[in-house]
Amino acid sequence: MDAIEKMLLKQTADLEGIPHGAYNIRANGALESRNTTANIDIVTKADKPGIDIIIKPGTKNESMHIPVIISQSGLHDLVYNDFYIGEDCDVTIIAGCGIHNCGDQESRHDGIHSFHVGKNSKVKYIEKHYAAGDGTGGNVMNPTTVIELEEGAYMEMETTQIKGIDSTKRDTEAVVADGATLIIKEKLMTHGTQFAETNFVVDLNGEDSSTNVISRSVAKDSSKQVFLAKINGNNRCAGHSECDAIIMDEASVSAIPEIVANSVDASLIHEAAIGKIAGEQLTKLMTLGLTEAEAEEQIIHGFLK
Amino acid sequence: MLELKHICFTADEDGSRKEILKDISLTIDERFVAITGPNGGGKSTLIKIIAGVITPTSGQILLDGEDITHLTITERAHKGVSYAFQQPVRFKGITVYDLIQLASGRQLSISEACQYLSEVGMCARDYVNREVNASLSGGELKRIEIATILARSTKLSLFDEPEAGIDLWSFSSLIKVFENLYEKIQGNIIIISHQERILNMADRVIVLTRGKVSADGSREEVLPTLMNTGGPCAKLTENEGGNC
Repeated sequence: MDAIEKMLLKQTADLEGIPHGAYNIRANGALESRNTTANIDIVTKADKPGIDIIIKPGTKNESMHIPVIISQSGLHDLVYNDFYIGEDCDVTIIAGCGIHNCGDQESRHDGIHSFHVGKNSKVKYIEKHYAAGDGTGGNVMNPTTVIELEEGAYMEMETTQIKGIDSTKRDTEAVVADGATLIIKEKLMTHGTQFAETNFVVDLNGEDSSTNVISRSVAKDSSKQVFLAKINGNNRCAGHSECDAIIMDEASVSAIPEIVANSVDASLIHEAAIGKIAGEQLTKLMTLGLTEAEAEEQIIHGFLK
Repeated sequence: MLELKHICFTADEDGSRKEILKDISLTIDERFVAITGPNGGGKSTLIKIIAGVITPTSGQILLDGEDITHLTITERAHKGVSYAFQQPVRFKGITVYDLIQLASGRQLSISEACQYLSEVGMCARDYVNREVNASLSGGELKRIEIATILARSTKLSLFDEPEAGIDLWSFSSLIKVFENLYEKIQGNIIIISHQERILNMADRVIVLTRGKVSADGSREEVLPTLMNTGGPCAKLTENEGGNC
């Protein structure tokens, strides 16, 4: 791995080197390195690019890393990752994609991740997207996440995109069974002329299923963001979605929350707020000695933390 | 030492021009100065002018002899002006620790930040990692606001009605906080207040009425005049019809 690839690995997976436990590092469209453990198996797909990750029932306190890095300009990488998580597991999965594009061609990563989470399992899924490079080629990422939670399962998904992605369309679909819970936390910052579209669809099919979809975003310069969150309450369930955006400069943000109750016992709430940084917040931090630009940076940093 | 020279401030309100401050000249070098007077008298405007949040229509502000009239809020903060808001600002995601650290202008350990919170009567462990957001009550925010002023500990500290929005129980501990503050902060403190117990701590009391200084002197001189004009509230609320 060269210096750029190492930097990408650090940004997306917080890895300084080779991680402990199971991992699969994909670089420039091919397998770079892999490690499996007694409980976590990783198998290359035979019919299409990508891997199957099989986690044995009862696996507790294990984590795995599956970063993808692209440093070759003009590469279009498409990958299917399917996670099969057994019953009664408690695992952390850290995925992420980093692009470093120095050339003038579009680099693109489309990752399709499917999660099958077994009964009473607990999964924390962390996904970071990052791009850099001084070329004129665009950096494009279109992640798709498909989630299926069985009875009593709990999944927390944290998705972060802070810098450098010129265009992204992220689709997340989830089906939640009896007593299962899905928490989604999205953090997004766009600048320049970037475009980001987020689309969450959660089907609360099970009795006492629940979800909480929380998005915090900052749109700078002339970037554009579209946030769609649809929660379908098909049973006795609880759903909540919240979109909170700071808009700056010439940016544009659309928040389109939708809640659909198909059961009289569905309890669904959505909240959406878009606004600029409050003047009094800037004033307060300036009275502490920060410049206006530093104050703005602190407010955004806190908001996305 | 703070000098205000012929400060005037005129605001446009509903299309008509309203004189908020009319030729205020004051030299302040006492340790603890209270500004009081009826609501709408121009107290908060005067404090904001000193902090640089509002630019006066005319007049001059000198801090230790240096003209700061045209300095920004940030520049004044660096010169040693601290300002506690009447209504503290909430921030999503910024913790109490972050805010105290920003106020101090240096890297603080958690225990140093906790020290400032303890000094305003807060159980630091419960608060240091809380976000300064809508989950905190008005009284809690007020204390945190005061803790940021303590952390700055500059030569001029301005407080705009620290008692506003605080319930009676919290109020008596707030008085203790200010007694403590008098010891901790070695500079000048200017505080807007309507509370007798705070006015009673002041070395000097200035009364602002309809944009003008209507009384100015030691608390022994000024406080009795406030009390003697038809009950304790008559003067303080003359603009409001006495609703205290």
